Amino acid sequence: MLELRKDIFADERDDNLKEIGKGTQRQDMLGHVTGSSTYFNDHKLQGMLHLQVLRSPHSHARIRRIDTTEAERSPGVRRIIRGVDVPRNLNTLLSLINFGKDDEPTLAVDKVRYKGEPVIAVVADSPREAFEALAKVRVDYEPLPAVFDVEEALKPGAPVVNETYPKNTFTYYDVYDHQKLRFGDVERGFSSADHVLEQRYQMSPIEHAPTETNGSIAAPDTNGRYVVYTSTQALFFSVDTCAKILDVPSNTFHFIGGTVGGGFGGKVDTLTEPLAILGAMLTGRPVRYIFGREEEMQFGPPRGAERIYIKDGVMRDGRVVARKVRAYFDSGAYTRLSSYAAVKCAAHLPGPYTIPNVYGDIYCVFTNRTPATAMRGFGVTAMDFAIECQMDKLAHLVGMDPMEFRILNAYRDGDMKAHRREAKNTALIECVQVAAEKAKWPLREEFKRMSSLKDGGGARAAIPLTARDQPASARSTAQQRTTYDRAPQPAAGAQPPHPTPPPPASPQPAPQPAHGAIRFSSVFGSRRR
Amino acid sequence: MARHRGRGIASINYPIGMNLGGDPSQALVHSNPSGKFTVSLSSIDLGQGMKSVTRQICAETLGVPVEDVYVDTADSDTGPHCMGSFASRGTHRVGNAVMAAAKEARGVMMEAAAEELEVNAADLETDGRGNIHVKGAPHRSISTKDVAIAAQFKQGKTISGRGIFLVPLSAVDPETGEMSPATCYAHACMVAEVEVDDETGEVAMVRMDSAYELGRALNPRLVEQQLVGGAWMGVSHALFETTEPYYPDPRHGPRDFVEYLMPGPGDVCPHDIAVLERPAADGPFGAKGPGEMCANPILPAVANAIFNAVGVRIDDLPITPEKVLRAIRAQGGARAQARR
Repeated sequence: MLELRKDIFADERDDNLKEIGKGTQRQDMLGHVTGSSTYFNDHKLQGMLHLQVLRSPHSHARIRRIDTTEAERSPGVRRIIRGVDVPRNLNTLLSLINFGKDDEPTLAVDKVRYKGEPVIAVVADSPREAFEALAKVRVDYEPLPAVFDVEEALKPGAPVVNETYPKNTFTYYDVYDHQKLRFGDVERGFSSADHVLEQRYQMSPIEHAPTETNGSIAAPDTNGRYVVYTSTQALFFSVDTCAKILDVPSNTFHFIGGTVGGGFGGKVDTLTEPLAILGAMLTGRPVRYIFGREEEMQFGPPRGAERIYIKDGVMRDGRVVARKVRAYFDSGAYTRLSSYAAVKCAAHLPGPYTIPNVYGDIYCVFTNRTPATAMRGFGVTAMDFAIECQMDKLAHLVGMDPMEFRILNAYRDGDMKAHRREAKNTALIECVQVAAEKAKWPLREEFKRMSSLKDGGGARAAIPLTARDQPASARSTAQQRTTYDRAPQPAAGAQPPHPTPPPPASPQPAPQPAHGAIRFSSVFGSRRR
Repeated sequence: MARHRGRGIASINYPIGMNLGGDPSQALVHSNPSGKFTVSLSSIDLGQGMKSVTRQICAETLGVPVEDVYVDTADSDTGPHCMGSFASRGTHRVGNAVMAAAKEARGVMMEAAAEELEVNAADLETDGRGNIHVKGAPHRSISTKDVAIAAQFKQGKTISGRGIFLVPLSAVDPETGEMSPATCYAHACMVAEVEVDDETGEVAMVRMDSAYELGRALNPRLVEQQLVGGAWMGVSHALFETTEPYYPDPRHGPRDFVEYLMPGPGDVCPHDIAVLERPAADGPFGAKGPGEMCANPILPAVANAIFNAVGVRIDDLPITPEKVLRAIRAQGGARAQARR
């Protein structure tokens, strides 16, 4: 049951609208309820072939040799695709917005870094023949030590998961192994607090569990173009990713999405399109590549795990005066989008509360598991779990009602947030009040009278004096670079602590933006300023 | 051995759009010769209802009935660039782009109508039912169909518009994390009531009461669909799901929906929802986006309710019966907290 509380914030709205605010039936309802909406997999094209990949049985192993002799002779096989057949077999999704380094091959070449990593693709007349051929591929692996725990991965001597990031962490602003948030002085906050509480929270990976698994169909079109039917959540993101990997102009492709059978973040990674198109290019036939349920569940990217440590200082009267957070995003073997979520997570601290001292270190860590990706609430869901469990414990600690405790600490219009922007258009207090009303949860009169519009700002609008960390230069170590990244500029007169490492041997020619992908200006921080 | 009830709460906010901005979306709107409008997008409707919401935004802005607008999505040849359907950005980013395109198209439509009625365009208004008339003089009127015909075949005008919405990219200070992550935030508070079986460790949902602030509920029925579905996705995350049951040990991962459990119809409980609307300054008609945030508050609310019911804190997700039972045993039995 849904109730619209038009009485609240009524003077901030014009409710005199004709179409807005109406519960109009959805445009695609008829198609959905009659089962006639078209999904990518409803396109049955003449002469369509089927692609499947061979996945690594090891979490971490060197590939010594791949023998496809027998597989090539298997009935119905049209083409075997290896890493060397992929025009640019190294990519990172967010290279489209110039964030991060190319770190993930479409098909593994030298090493596999997670169980389930694609090694070989087979294009055959039927899915069955594709699977039968895959069973005949012989791969000689040399298993390597693997690391699965985010904190173990950061210890000296831990196996290097992904050579692009030899410290097993994403590199922020060329120098840091984590995203920082610094606001005020948490240590002083803790020493002035009546209680200090430190807790650990852990979230395991979960699956998007869409009804329709990831997939696409690519077919040669007239005039050298390719039409691609896809379940992607981000059409041009996929177009540009394919243009880069296949090294052709982006207008080579006509991407057609449409009804998607559930996304939730699991269909951003463009997992099937590059190989389906490459299959179509190499065979001249339509090629379909769709994940089975087990592939979707274990090797399609999950919402990554997060480990979060929160330390809070709270006063007897219920005011939270300091919050320190250390969080680890388990990115799996490759970056995908976790690096970006860590920045979003830092921006989210300390939750929707006004706390005068906040400190955050957010790490994006590589481990030998299926790469994680976006999912509903990306960068925030697990942190909200940790923060709100912590808020409940703090309320319990000081003997306060948990609803009133949140109202007391809630951010209000005019307050300064920890990422140093003024809070506007806030409504947390009103949500708590209305939820309490709905749940018949008694609140004291003074808490019923509090408002997001009142008593914010003033002293709460100040940016507190904040100590800086030690200079970053000492932390700059021998990270590998791609040509996307410029080397950090040493401070005038200062010598770099170590000789600048030579650039790595690139497995592909130096990347040029010749693939037609849109290049935005560099996203972050020091490089821009 | 007994079943214990408890209530827990959580309150949250959620940023709208891609963190730091820099994520444009574009829209094209044009009329056919009968005055029916097409919105061309490359954006994807994932089932959340973006086609329907942008259709209502377009109709409202043009001043025509919603039936006169059709939204075409997901084609890279005909639809202009959109960053994608993620980050709670559909309603806010794409909605704004459609609004801008519809405004431009409306400008041409009103000019064409003014020429036909021989008045100043500024003196005209739409009635939302397919007519344009002189303000204060409803009898001096022309249908949008006749305007479209005249514009195309007589005046040589294209009733069309282009729209883009872009929140400029924010830099981040590497030392302090200073940044502009989002231009607006949605809010929520969830009260969860659960029943915990101290013999099996099983947790059953009893009821949910919630309040969500979303800027503007452009279509309350689509909002309800999101909020109800999102809450259950959150319950599933809190109590059922993981692809690695012994994380960080990667073994014994589920392979299908027999091994990967989620709540079924028998687990569903009542959910009473209130929606608040505090319009965002830069939202289309003030709208933010309910998409992602509604799956978040239920996780901690359930964990807090379990503590209220039996006195154990489970800080590791998912909160399986095994974890609950071990924790109850470790503290020597259930310890119900103050009943709320």
